[in-house]
Amino acid sequence: MAFIDLQNDLPGIRGPMIYRPETGTILNELAEILLHDEDNTLSRGDREMIGAYTSYLNDCFFCQNVHGAMAQHYYECDTQFIDSIKKNFLSADISDKLKSLLTIAGSVQKGGRYVTSEQIEKAKSLGATDREIHDTVLIAAAFCMFNRYVDGLNTWAPKDMQVYIDRAPMRAKEGYSQLGLTK
Amino acid sequence: MAYIQLNNGLPGITGLLENRVDTAAPIRELTQILLRGKSTLTEMERELIATIVSFKNECRFCTKAHAATVIALGGSKELLDTVYHDLENAQLSEKMKSLLVIGSKVQEIGKAVLPEHIERAKKAGATDKEIHDTVLIAALFCLYNRYVDGMGAYCPEDPAYYQKLAARLTTIGYDRPKDAMARKGEESFK
Repeated sequence: MAFIDLQNDLPGIRGPMIYRPETGTILNELAEILLHDEDNTLSRGDREMIGAYTSYLNDCFFCQNVHGAMAQHYYECDTQFIDSIKKNFLSADISDKLKSLLTIAGSVQKGGRYVTSEQIEKAKSLGATDREIHDTVLIAAAFCMFNRYVDGLNTWAPKDMQVYIDRAPMRAKEGYSQLGLTK
Repeated sequence: MAYIQLNNGLPGITGLLENRVDTAAPIRELTQILLRGKSTLTEMERELIATIVSFKNECRFCTKAHAATVIALGGSKELLDTVYHDLENAQLSEKMKSLLVIGSKVQEIGKAVLPEHIERAKKAGATDKEIHDTVLIAALFCLYNRYVDGMGAYCPEDPAYYQKLAARLTTIGYDRPKDAMARKGEESFK
């Protein structure tokens, strides 16, 4: 049960987004630009993974499963692969550049001041552009907002993992800005 | 010095927002609605939520900016010091204290907000919408604080900068300043 009467039964962030559509619409716009916009040299899969990893660190069940399933969809992998990245990305079969970006995201999750110039230099040396570093920091920071919004209001989340996996292709196709108020 | 090359010489969050106007637009709009839009919480009360979260996240830029804004809206340094260090004894209503406790819990992590924190706020007369907005304002500043410090944004030391910034935030608000001169005045502090 959510802490306030959201006047709808939708799970996770969708409940409060529809409760207050004025802010909900903008939150979706932000998600669209950060995660779904085509004009980005980071793949949609990598951007979703940064969101899923940050949500995992913030222990937000709804967000880590929604965005883990999105990354899984784009990567065309299984859930085990996503879990291996969440739990220990350093030993996962991903690029060194993505590892360096997930390191930065992990620091952002703890607090902005935990990001070090060494972490930034490492990412740059592995080919990360300024814009990619910017987006990594902002995606991780944005999920520190989304996760707190979802859990701070005690919203409910489906327990069945298949629900998240089944919804991912539609969300990948439609993006976030069209996220309707009833879907 | 910021960790990446910015396209401008503006300090703090302003430099980051001007560097990427596409992502800045929804962030600015969200802030304008939450902190300046129609609400049963005063602008100062909403700024206090932003300030206590920034303080607890140890974000120097955001703390100074929003503390200056609280003062510009009629608050005092004494009030801010009590809010930071001794909230229960602050000269604030029980409702406002309970909302600042919720904001502080959100700052820790979403799951730190417990039914008892919500009950206290409701008992003190807080509406569902006030609780909703408190949680979202606190969450938004967890974004801002990480963005500013995670990018290594420049934090001016001169208090005059924050007075100038607060003057903008209490007049224009959080929309992108259309008057380039307003930004130019802030740039000189770099």
